[in-house]
Amino acid sequence: MSHDANAITGGAAETADPPFWKSLIHSPLALPLAGLIVVSVLMGFASDNFFSVSNLLNVLRQVSIVAILAVGMTFVILTGGIDLSVGALMALAGTMAAGLMVHFGLPGWAGLMGGIGIAVGLGLFNGLLVAYGRMPAIIVTLATMGIARGAGLIYSGGYPISGLPSWISWFGVGRIGIIPVPVIAMVIVYALAWVLLERTAFGRHVYAIGGNETAAKLSGVKTGRIKIAVYVISGLTAGLAAIILTGRLMSGQPNAGVGFELDAIAAVVLGGTAIAGGRGLILGTLIGAVLLGILNNGLNLMGINPYLQDIIRGFIILLAIYIAREWR
Amino acid sequence: MLELRAIKKSFGRIEVLHGVDLTVQPGEVHALLGENGAGKSTLMKILCGLIKPSEGEVLIDGEIRHFSDYNEAIDAGVGVVFQEFSLVPYLNAVENMFLARELNNGLGFMKRSAMRKRATEIMKQLGISIPLNVPIRNLSVAEQQFVEIAKALALEARILVLDEPTATLTPAEVEHLFHVMRSLRSQGVAIIFISHHLEEIFEICDRITILRDGEYVASCAVSDVDQAKLVEMMVGRRIENSFPPKPVIAADASKVIEVEEVQLAKGGPVSSFALREGEILGFAGLVGSGRTETVLAMLGAYSAVRCKLRMNGVEIRFADPSEALQAGIGLLPESRKEQGLITSFPILQNISLNNYGKYLLGHFFINRARELDDTRKAMQQVRVKAPSPHARVDTLSGGNQQKVVIARWINHSMKVLIFDEPTRGIDVGAKAEIYQLMRDFTTKGYSIIMISSELPEVIGMSDRVCVFRSGGIVATVEGDAITSEQIMTHATTGRTHHVA
Repeated sequence: MSHDANAITGGAAETADPPFWKSLIHSPLALPLAGLIVVSVLMGFASDNFFSVSNLLNVLRQVSIVAILAVGMTFVILTGGIDLSVGALMALAGTMAAGLMVHFGLPGWAGLMGGIGIAVGLGLFNGLLVAYGRMPAIIVTLATMGIARGAGLIYSGGYPISGLPSWISWFGVGRIGIIPVPVIAMVIVYALAWVLLERTAFGRHVYAIGGNETAAKLSGVKTGRIKIAVYVISGLTAGLAAIILTGRLMSGQPNAGVGFELDAIAAVVLGGTAIAGGRGLILGTLIGAVLLGILNNGLNLMGINPYLQDIIRGFIILLAIYIAREWR
Repeated sequence: MLELRAIKKSFGRIEVLHGVDLTVQPGEVHALLGENGAGKSTLMKILCGLIKPSEGEVLIDGEIRHFSDYNEAIDAGVGVVFQEFSLVPYLNAVENMFLARELNNGLGFMKRSAMRKRATEIMKQLGISIPLNVPIRNLSVAEQQFVEIAKALALEARILVLDEPTATLTPAEVEHLFHVMRSLRSQGVAIIFISHHLEEIFEICDRITILRDGEYVASCAVSDVDQAKLVEMMVGRRIENSFPPKPVIAADASKVIEVEEVQLAKGGPVSSFALREGEILGFAGLVGSGRTETVLAMLGAYSAVRCKLRMNGVEIRFADPSEALQAGIGLLPESRKEQGLITSFPILQNISLNNYGKYLLGHFFINRARELDDTRKAMQQVRVKAPSPHARVDTLSGGNQQKVVIARWINHSMKVLIFDEPTRGIDVGAKAEIYQLMRDFTTKGYSIIMISSELPEVIGMSDRVCVFRSGGIVATVEGDAITSEQIMTHATTGRTHHVA
């Protein structure tokens, strides 16, 4: 590179990376991380048991389902959309997986695949309606939520479907070493999502659509396909979460996961992703989900009335979003 | 009754009005004339208190007024009908006319019958009948405009500004509007009329004030001038920009794109044009004359009634811009922030946005080293001045932002580039650079369509010019025929023949 060329694009200034702490402060992860640390320290003071390895692993195991749902939600929100159907999709996928095994006599793996397939199919349905039907995502997924929930209840008659092969429980309560299987699954899903968002053209296009859909479209980005893909991914993560849930409950529960879509959205937003799309990091979502989990766990350890916990969580979310607003 | 004295206005360090005078008498229709960007809209915004003048005075009835917002201007008797209507689509005419100024009784309830009665009176005064119970959005554009005028009168406007009211009306509706204007004139209302259609000026106006590049040119009575004289005053003699020399393009140069027919709206004109290899084809015309829509229709980003095109002799149809990209046609949109850039992205990702096919590892992963390398090269090629490829694009100047959008396309192997208003909001130095870049492209075999509202740019850069008017091409000029007078005459006069 010639000397002159260096002057044009800045030369030395660009090659030297800023110090790590400095890039961290300016990173969108800074606030969620600070929140996580503050809340952890507070919980540590409030409860002696909090910082024990078994409790921390327990927290991670508890958050794994919402955290995995929040991965799909992150993709959707990054494009400027929303997916309210994930809780219901998860319940339907779990119910149908159990139904395929118990009522249709399919082998366990086939039942699980069937459950995931149903969630993915409904995700595709969401995506097609949003991208090509040009309907608002919030309405489409609200409708799908009702459809999926109702379908699960009709199929099961409202009762849990039990009698699953015993190895299914490995997905919910199994361990590899001391690490619970759901935690490992969560880490793998986040790693894959990180690669997809940070290292592939698809990921860039997801951000581009949320940042400026018109510009992306006029530049030749296939906006329709990308939007469909993010809802499919959201369906897929709902299906994966369903496997963990089914393993933990050892039954297909048509009533499971009510309100989980809201927890997933809270995790995404607490993680610093802009609700209008275009900005945010998948690691932020993980931090947001863990933050919510620690709050739940800590408040439980302190023996606070569960109804009061809801109120406290609500105010903490408001406070976090308010601070983030000032920060930007 | 209205007098604007030596109005100056600067945005930042750029002065856009350099001392403009305007005097309007009661019972007079006063035309405000000038090209796009001459400063008409800015002047009207000052009159109605939306922006404050840097220098100069606004006098109404001989009294100096300082409006701090639109409401104060309304109270002083100023009413403005903007090009973009300020009506609420779901409310009816009466509710719109009294919006935020509802007549209330002592209990805080609206006096609906009183408002309705007043609205009926005003409509009668205007000599128009409009269904009062229907939501505004169900009315025609012309009817909505009458509601806007009625709204201004409900606020007792004595000075009425009509900003390009005829732009979207049919000839019959224009006649109706003129009828209303005449009746208002006879009632002593002072009307400021902005229009690009010169024959309308001669039909309805009494006096004219002409602006050019923010300068006051002249005021005179309509009877003292003719169309040719008006065009000359609007265009004037200009400061020559530094345009690169035009190459000689062989008359038999192959046609890269032939648009056989494009019709934007039902019943609108049908146009055709061809883009030859290595040329810059200018699209001139007024704002809203269909230039941008025509190119968007080509790319599949605007649903035209019909659009038939050939590329290198083969008939082709694009469903969306990604297919046009595959075929080698790229668009640099007119509004960089809204349509061109992802402002939350750094330069790097803005440039590589639609280029990932070039450097994928194993069909899927981005080869980031090559991405950075290519981005640097592209930035150097178009001379983007930025601290690093990782700088956010919203920290760059307008000129550099435009270069980023250009770099996005040269990173491809493109054949055709469409520049929509390539130098809008860009300073003089950067303009010259962008002109030079465009010429460099054509010598490398690119063909360019350049949409521009700046006449000197159209004249200085284009090898041929298609002049648009009312949704279609009315003339194509080349060589020595590319003059301001020719283009302005085609763009502003003579009604187009509408073909079904």
